[in-house]
Amino acid sequence: MVKVLILRTGGTNCDLETEWACKLAGAKPSRIHISRITEGKVKLLDFDVLIIPGGFSYGDDLGAGKVLANELILKAKDEITLFREKKRPIIGICNGFQVLVKAGLLPFKDQYVASLVWNDSGRFEDRWVYLRVEQSISPFFKNLPEIIRFPVAHAEGKFVVKNDRVLKKIENNSQIVLRYVNAAGEIADYPYNPNGSIAGIAGICDEKGLIVGMMPHPERALLKIHEPDWHRNETDDVFSFGYQFFKNVIEYCS
Amino acid sequence: MARAEIIEICTGDDEKLLEISKKGLLSLTLDEMKRIQKYFLKIGRNPTDLELEMIAQTWSEHCFHKLFKSKIEFTEVNGQTAKPVTHIIPSMFSMIRQVTENLKKNWCVSVFKDNAGIINFDDTNCVCFKVETHNHPSALEPYGGAGTGIGGVIRDILGAGLGAKPILNTDVFCFGPLDFPHENLDPGIFHPKRLFKGVVSGVRDYGNRMGIPTANGAILFDPGYLYNILVYCGTVGIMPQWAVEKKVEPGHLIVVIGGKTGRDGIHGATFSSASLEKDIPTSVVQIGNPIIEKKVLDALMIARDRKLYSAITDCGAGGLSSAVGELAQHCGAEVHLENVPLKYQDLKPWEIWVSESQERMVLAVPSEKFDQLKKVLEDEDVEYACIGKFTSTKKIKIYHQNDIVGELDLRWLFQKTELPVQKAYYEERKMADIIPENINVEEVLLQLLADPVIASKEIVVRQYDHEVQSHTIVKPFSGIDGKGPSDAVVIAPVYGSYRGIVVACGINPWYGKVDPYLMAGCCIDEAMRNIVACGGDPEKTAVLDNFCWGKCDDPVELGKLVKCVQGCRDFALAYKVPFISGKDSLNNFYTKEDGSIVSIPGTLLISAISVIDDVRETTSSDLKESGNHIYILGETRRHLGGSRLLNLLNFEAGQCPVPEPELTLKIMKNLHRAIKQGLVKSCHDCSEGGMAVAISEMMIGSGYGTEIYLENVAERTDEPVVLLFSESQGRFIVEVDQAHIDKFEKIFKNLPCRRIGRVTPDFRLKIFYKGKNLLEIDGELMKKTWCGVLSW
Repeated sequence: MVKVLILRTGGTNCDLETEWACKLAGAKPSRIHISRITEGKVKLLDFDVLIIPGGFSYGDDLGAGKVLANELILKAKDEITLFREKKRPIIGICNGFQVLVKAGLLPFKDQYVASLVWNDSGRFEDRWVYLRVEQSISPFFKNLPEIIRFPVAHAEGKFVVKNDRVLKKIENNSQIVLRYVNAAGEIADYPYNPNGSIAGIAGICDEKGLIVGMMPHPERALLKIHEPDWHRNETDDVFSFGYQFFKNVIEYCS
Repeated sequence: MARAEIIEICTGDDEKLLEISKKGLLSLTLDEMKRIQKYFLKIGRNPTDLELEMIAQTWSEHCFHKLFKSKIEFTEVNGQTAKPVTHIIPSMFSMIRQVTENLKKNWCVSVFKDNAGIINFDDTNCVCFKVETHNHPSALEPYGGAGTGIGGVIRDILGAGLGAKPILNTDVFCFGPLDFPHENLDPGIFHPKRLFKGVVSGVRDYGNRMGIPTANGAILFDPGYLYNILVYCGTVGIMPQWAVEKKVEPGHLIVVIGGKTGRDGIHGATFSSASLEKDIPTSVVQIGNPIIEKKVLDALMIARDRKLYSAITDCGAGGLSSAVGELAQHCGAEVHLENVPLKYQDLKPWEIWVSESQERMVLAVPSEKFDQLKKVLEDEDVEYACIGKFTSTKKIKIYHQNDIVGELDLRWLFQKTELPVQKAYYEERKMADIIPENINVEEVLLQLLADPVIASKEIVVRQYDHEVQSHTIVKPFSGIDGKGPSDAVVIAPVYGSYRGIVVACGINPWYGKVDPYLMAGCCIDEAMRNIVACGGDPEKTAVLDNFCWGKCDDPVELGKLVKCVQGCRDFALAYKVPFISGKDSLNNFYTKEDGSIVSIPGTLLISAISVIDDVRETTSSDLKESGNHIYILGETRRHLGGSRLLNLLNFEAGQCPVPEPELTLKIMKNLHRAIKQGLVKSCHDCSEGGMAVAISEMMIGSGYGTEIYLENVAERTDEPVVLLFSESQGRFIVEVDQAHIDKFEKIFKNLPCRRIGRVTPDFRLKIFYKGKNLLEIDGELMKKTWCGVLSW
């Protein structure tokens, strides 16, 4: 059975629903406090997948995800590096995405050329968005229609890059996994792009496609009845797009 | 090094006693000071500052609810009896309690005794619900006050039974008008816009960081809240049935966990019972840190399930003094204050004891479990300290270093005493029917959609994470582009199970200005309407009462409160909904520099929670399909008093709505059946703004239009303005498709259920009256108007 480590710390708050998502997808998840890893009591390498879920790790006090990012690269660097080299998936959702970017794991190893900053609106916002599944090198977005919906819920989700070259490189490498679009699938302004991310970027992966970060929350879109307008769409389907995403990750490992 | 001071009271005369109370911000009355003097004369010494503080805190209105427990001599003048009739009311609290006792609902597990009301959820779990207010602190320091308001009620849930997991936050705010002219503000008063942004931000940042969805509430605006705003915060939690009871035994260790103790929030308990005025020190407001509380939550859930403690309560008003005092009440305790972790040194012992520093919980821990508990707390990075132990002495003995800084007899401290009889007076206002004539109904409807009380609150609601935990099944907004307002929130709190809860609220101070008794009925009706419109079960609904009132030592203000409480009792009995918890926040008034007094409009919040078998058997308020039929359930009468229409036209008069519990309960039970059977495409209740606003909101969420034939709305057709804008209670607008109308109408045979129109493909509202085209408005304009009012 695929073993998933759901990393948590003070302020993590999407770990329980992420655990449930993994169970639905047929994996064996464990919610592990970062201290168990830095103490050496739990070995990261005993797991097949690492997920850093959403929340406000350490209150996001030094900028979203910054403190946990530092903890990872300063106290667990070797384990993370090995985990990467062994081609095991690392997924960062919302705060987890912020952690991966600020830890220099996305978009390129140890290059700090992108960041997630305050929404253009200057506010935390919770809303469902249309996402275009891009043709990317990540194996975790198959069996999904071109346009899907997940909710976003963040204040610091605006994806920015150091310069155009970085954007070009991410695009040319097919490292963009999800873009914010309108219902017709076109890049559009607020509220379709909820935070002002450049080129509507909602999620990216690393050069191998196995480290994935996204602001939207697949673990909040597991069931049809999670969708905000499910009363309008009568269907016998039980599951929604988020379930398929987790299934893709787990199936890749098994 | 800080020591306790001795306060000379044994020799003091009345004047001296009152001076001591005033100087120490103790808010103790002369009678109370005399009782204290008597006690200390008997034991032959003077009290320490800490002892006086503990007594003041324990006896404070905030902690002891003296007024709600007092006998009341109530004089009433009403229509029937021209001359005043006086009778004695045993206590307002007993009136509320009586409802729950009479209704004997077997699913009520623990009511009015713990930190929250607890009801059954499924075979293994209970849910609990508590709503608190944090009005005074939020008026002084909106961000901090509101944040610690939500932080505080979350701790009530963590401290209910052996601790519940929070699954939902609710919030209801009352502010002055956001466009109030700055130049007309009194000195020392924040502008409503500043309070609004500060309060919303405070609740947002605390709730979001705690990882609890904030998904139900209301925001009201009225000049009556310019000086005293209202901030209600509620939390729902879920707990295993075995964790409902706490038990404190002599020998158990007293362990405080979470935040450190500082000088913040000193005298919160006593200050909350006093008038607001210019230049109150903000040191009475606590300073919050949600991440500490989140860590406490994480640790507690582990420790609870490993059964590492036998009782728990939160440090709220009155701090350790109140928390330890309550736990020790029936046994006794010995406390060593030097063990309490401090934010900084040199706190006086009494400051440590009554400080309301946040994020602290107090546990009773069997000594053999302490090591395991330590391990859990250290693993979760939560601070803790063992500060003493429970004893069997019936005394509380408090040490600092090696000094005894306080020793009180707990039986005396908590003993029920004869409270002074309060005087209350109420004179019924006879209200003439007011039916505004020759008004332009199109303009009026657009003005109502632009009324901040009615307009969309999306700008606020989207700042709350309303779906963290992935339990939220009916969200605050529904419809094609998330613009349609939901009547209630539906939560499925157990992963993999479809069983759920529906939570909603009812509040309307404008009816109360006309008739506080009927206001209570309308608030209960509205809360239940919202529950049922969404799919909730009226027969499995429990309610909470939160009274916010003005200057209650004024017999007239108290008279209105008494009428409101009577209304709660009579209507809750009639609707058969038990009260499971409640709270009163009195003395919400402001003393101006010229000495004049401004009280808030008496305000009652009714929060409701209903347990349902299957969250898929719910509905939303947005219209689903053109061609479907539109029905109105319930009777529309001449109920314009206190309505948004008359507020708009500046009448504070008219006949306010008179609830009809018997009829409404029948309608609600049948509507619940119809929704369960899938006969209902969409449903929305008629509340502020009446039927016209309800139908507009159903359109806004759908992009479809409607054609309404007004003469079909009521049995005896009335003036259009009444039919459109009356706020008669117990009414629902329901959308049913052609295939189900027969079944639907059969369910409502012999009940007021009238087909009034259809859903149309073009996004326009068309209302006809006796063949004439009465009103026609473009849907986009309605939507733009309704969505564009509140800005950030």
